[in-house]
Amino acid sequence: MADQTHVQTPRRSINWGAIGDHTVLILGSLFMLVPLIMVVLTTTVPDVDIIKYGPQLKIGDQFDDNFEKAMFEASGFSGANTGMRMLFNSFVLGIGFALGKILIAMMAAYAIVYFRLRFATLAFWVIFTTLLLPLEVRILPSYEVVQQLGMLNTYQGLIIPLIASATATFFFRQFFRSVPEELVEAARIDGAGPVKFFIDILVPLSKTMIAAMFIIMFVFGWNQYLWPTMITTEEDMYTLVRGIKQITQTLEGTNVPEFGRANLLAVIAILPPVAVVIFFQSWFVKGLTESDK
Amino acid sequence: MAQVTLNSVRKVYPNGVEAVTSSSFKIEDGEFVVLVGPSGCGKSTLLRMIAGLEDITEGTLEIGDRVVNNVDPADRDIAMVFQNYALYPHMTVRKNIAYGLKNRKTPADEIERKVAEAAKMLNLEEYLERKPSQLSGGQRQRVAMGRAIVRDPALFLFDEPLSNLDAKLRNQMRIEIKALQRRLGVTSIYVTHDQVEAMTMADRIIVLNGGRIEQIGTPSEIYHNPASVFVASFMGAPPMNLIDATITGGQVTLADGVAMGALQTSAQGAVKLGIRPEDVQLVSEGGVSINVELIEELGAHRLLHGKLGGQPFTIHVLKDIPVDPGAHQISVDPAAICLFDAASGMRL
Ligand SMILES: Nc1ncnc2c1ncn2[C@@H]1O[C@H](COP(=O)(O)OP(=O)(O)O)[C@@H](O)[C@H]1O
Ligand SMILES: [Mg+2]
Repeated sequence: MADQTHVQTPRRSINWGAIGDHTVLILGSLFMLVPLIMVVLTTTVPDVDIIKYGPQLKIGDQFDDNFEKAMFEASGFSGANTGMRMLFNSFVLGIGFALGKILIAMMAAYAIVYFRLRFATLAFWVIFTTLLLPLEVRILPSYEVVQQLGMLNTYQGLIIPLIASATATFFFRQFFRSVPEELVEAARIDGAGPVKFFIDILVPLSKTMIAAMFIIMFVFGWNQYLWPTMITTEEDMYTLVRGIKQITQTLEGTNVPEFGRANLLAVIAILPPVAVVIFFQSWFVKGLTESDK
Repeated sequence: MAQVTLNSVRKVYPNGVEAVTSSSFKIEDGEFVVLVGPSGCGKSTLLRMIAGLEDITEGTLEIGDRVVNNVDPADRDIAMVFQNYALYPHMTVRKNIAYGLKNRKTPADEIERKVAEAAKMLNLEEYLERKPSQLSGGQRQRVAMGRAIVRDPALFLFDEPLSNLDAKLRNQMRIEIKALQRRLGVTSIYVTHDQVEAMTMADRIIVLNGGRIEQIGTPSEIYHNPASVFVASFMGAPPMNLIDATITGGQVTLADGVAMGALQTSAQGAVKLGIRPEDVQLVSEGGVSINVELIEELGAHRLLHGKLGGQPFTIHVLKDIPVDPGAHQISVDPAAICLFDAASGMRL
C-alpha cells in the first residue's frame, strides 16, 4: 500500500517578534548607511547642484572628473598634495604606527612578563597609567619635543609620539601571561635563549593577537586628525584625513567649494580601514577570543 | 650517562615555604628512580631543582662529576618530559622533536637522522608533519618523549608525565617508558603521586612526605619493610592495615582487649601493628575472630572488609576461596607484622 499521508505544510503563524526585530535592524542600518551612500553619490554630481539644491541622492556623471581631480590634481599652493600623495602618507602613518606599536608593545610586555626585573610591576603600572594620558592631553609638550628634535614635517615626528601609549602593551602582557609556564621551561631546556624564545615561540604563538592589534592600530593611526594637523605644515606631508578638510577650506570664498572632490577623498579614506578589517577579520576574532596554545 | 648526587639540598621559596628539607641521596648511573608522595610534598620542587628550573637554596647538586648548582638548564645535559607535554603548538611534530638539536647547532643531516630514529622508536613516523593539536593524548606524550630522547642526554626527568592520560593508556605508556629507559640505559628520575606507577617502574623509590624523605628503597623493600606509618599507608593498594595495640612482655593485645598472640620483640607499650592484607590467612579454628562486613569482588581476588578489635581491617583472599560475610577466624604470620611506634609513627 502506498503511503497515503498528506504532507501538509504547517501554517506558519506570523512571527511578530522577528518582524519587529528586523524592522529595528533595517532602520538602524539605513540610518548608518544613508550618509555613506550620500557621500558616494555626491562624488558623482556637479558641485553647483550641491550648492543650489543641497546634498543629492542621485547619480550624476561627474565621477571620472572628480576622481581625476581628487587623486592627481594638486590643491593648495605648493601643488604637492595630490590625492595620491596623501593616500601614501596615510598608509605610512597607519602601517608605521601599527607596526611600530606592535613591536614596542611586544618587547615591553616580554620584558615585564618574563624577566625578573627589579621594578617590573611598577614599570608596568607606569606604562599602564599612560592609558589615562592620550596624545591629546599631552599634545603641547609632545609638540615641543618633536619640534626641538627637528622632526616637524617628518614621518618619524608623525608616528613616534603616537606610539607612546600602553594599550597594546597591556594586551600583549595579558596574552603572554596566559602562555603556559611549562612551554617556557621546555624551551629553556631545549637551549632557546631569551631572543630565540621570543622569535621562535612567542611571536608565532601571538600571530592572531598581532593581527588583531594590527587592525585596531592601523585604523587608529589612519584616522588621526589632530596630531597630523599640528605636526605637518608642508603640504606634501598631509594625510588624507587632514587633507580633505584642507580642500573645502581653501576653496571657500567666491569659488564654488569642490564638494565632489572632497567627498571622493573621503570615500578613498574610508576604503583602506574597511579593507583591513575585512581581510583580517577572522584573525581578529580568533585573536581576541581564542588562542592555540 | 651519569649519576646524580644531592648533598643536603634544601629549598625555601621566596614566600618562606620550605618545600624540600635538607635531603641527600645518590642515584646511580642508568638507574630509574621514582619520587613518589602525595600532592604538595615537594616532588616537583626537587625535580625542578635537578633540572635547574628552580634555584637550590642550600646544598650541592652533582650530575656526573660536576657540581651544577649554577649551570643553566640547557647546559646540564638533561631532558625533561612535562605533565602537560609542553609541546610547541605552532610547530610540527618533526620541528618539535628537532628544536633542541637545532638550537645546539647540530648539522641538518644529523638532525634528520636522529629525528627519524626517534620517530621510528616511538611509532611516530606517520605523524611527523602534524601539529600537536592534531594528535591524541598518547601521541603527544610520545612526541614529548621523542623530544627528550633525540638529544641523547645524560639524565631524563619526568614530572607526572602520565597523569593526563586515561587508565588504559597509562598502563600502556608506563610499560613503554620503562622499556625505552631500559633500552637506552639513561639515568632517569620520575615524579608521580601514583604508587602503582612507582612500584611498577622504579629500580628504587624515594618516598617523600611534607618535603622530607621518608624512605629510599627498592619497590620490594618499600612494600615489605616500610620505614614509617606514612610509607605503609601510602604504598600498596589496598594499603597496609594499621591497628593500635599494646605489647606487654611479647604479648600483643588489641585496643579493645582482644589477644593477638605472641611476637618476638623487645618493644613494650603502645604500638601500631602493620599487616598487609595478603599476609592474613583465614583459618577454621584457633585464630583471632573478625567480623567480615563487606566483600569486594575483584576478579582474581576478593577483599574482605571488617573490624578487628573494633578497628577497620582488610583481608585479601584468592578467588577460589569461598567466603560469606559474618564471623571468621584469621591467623597472621608473625614474621609479616611490622611494628611502628604509636607516637612517632616510625618503624620499631
Ligand atoms: N613557586 C612557588 N612559590 C612558593 N611556594 C611554592 C612554589 N611552588 C611550589 N610551592 C609550594 O611548595 C610545596 C611543594 O610543591 P610541589 O613541589 O609542586 O609539590 P608536588 O609536586 O609534590 O605536588 C607546596 O606546598 C607548594 O605550595
Ligand atoms: Mg607536582
